[in-house]
Amino acid sequence: MTMALHPTAPAEPRRPARWSRFAAPSAFFALAGRLQPWCWAVAVLAALAGLVVGLLVAPTDFQQGDSYRILFVHVPSAWMSMVIYLAMAFWAGVGLVFNTRLAAMLARALAPTGAMMTFLALWTGSLWGKPTWGTWWVWDARLTSELLLLFLYVGFIALQASTDDTRRGDRAGAVLALVGAVNVPVIYFSVTWWNTLHQGSTINLTKAPSMAGTMLAGLLLMTLAFWAWSVGAALHRARSIVIEREADTDWVRQLAEAR
Amino acid sequence: MAWTSFADFAAMGGYALYVWGSFAMTAAALLWEAITLVQRRRDAVDEMRAEISRAHR
Repeated sequence: MTMALHPTAPAEPRRPARWSRFAAPSAFFALAGRLQPWCWAVAVLAALAGLVVGLLVAPTDFQQGDSYRILFVHVPSAWMSMVIYLAMAFWAGVGLVFNTRLAAMLARALAPTGAMMTFLALWTGSLWGKPTWGTWWVWDARLTSELLLLFLYVGFIALQASTDDTRRGDRAGAVLALVGAVNVPVIYFSVTWWNTLHQGSTINLTKAPSMAGTMLAGLLLMTLAFWAWSVGAALHRARSIVIEREADTDWVRQLAEAR
Repeated sequence: MAWTSFADFAAMGGYALYVWGSFAMTAAALLWEAITLVQRRRDAVDEMRAEISRAHR
């Protein structure tokens, strides 16, 4: 008779999936919380597999020796530095045009992770440049535009931190992020548009990658790990921002009292 | 396996400084981000609790 004591809720009429409902910070907060463990799990497992394949299995490169192994952290961080910037500019733009709070919060949540990825791309690139080109740094188009990307991230963060008026900060940051987005295609195509010291892309969408299978496998695993980490970190930070901004709402307070 | 011994692996074909310098900084940066994420969450929750207790007084 337990069935009668615990009646199930009447089935709701079937409705088409409406992604817009996650624009409500409360719905987003719950969804992001459910996604997070998966992000961390994928990041850890892919990183472990990627490190084994990249550092232990993949053969030494016949041209660059073992210095090429820097690629397994350099390329994913450089890719993420651009992808995160585009995502940040996209959400900042959505927040600016549609005046949605959550979009602006997502843009803010992405910025520190993007800045860190840009720093890592520059750091590992410098450590790769020294043995390969004989210099830590050169003012060529690829390196200079990537450095500009770091300044754009730092400028975005600093601009938003400079005002106590949250919504005004959101809008000012959005304008900067959107203007700066021009820099991303410049970074990406710099090695084909200009004669740079930086080598061209080894992997692109139009032709088969010119690298050994295990090298490619290691690179793809590390890229997956960096993606998962970035999504997890941005979601985690976005949830903190929701708490900071919505602390005066009942649903956030209930979270605090439930703990 | 690309290596014959651990010393061989650690030496990275003579590029140890550059390879390990890259991987170590990556690990440090990710660790730093993890710490800042946890700190920010703790601060946000603490601040909210403080506000609630001020409101109840």
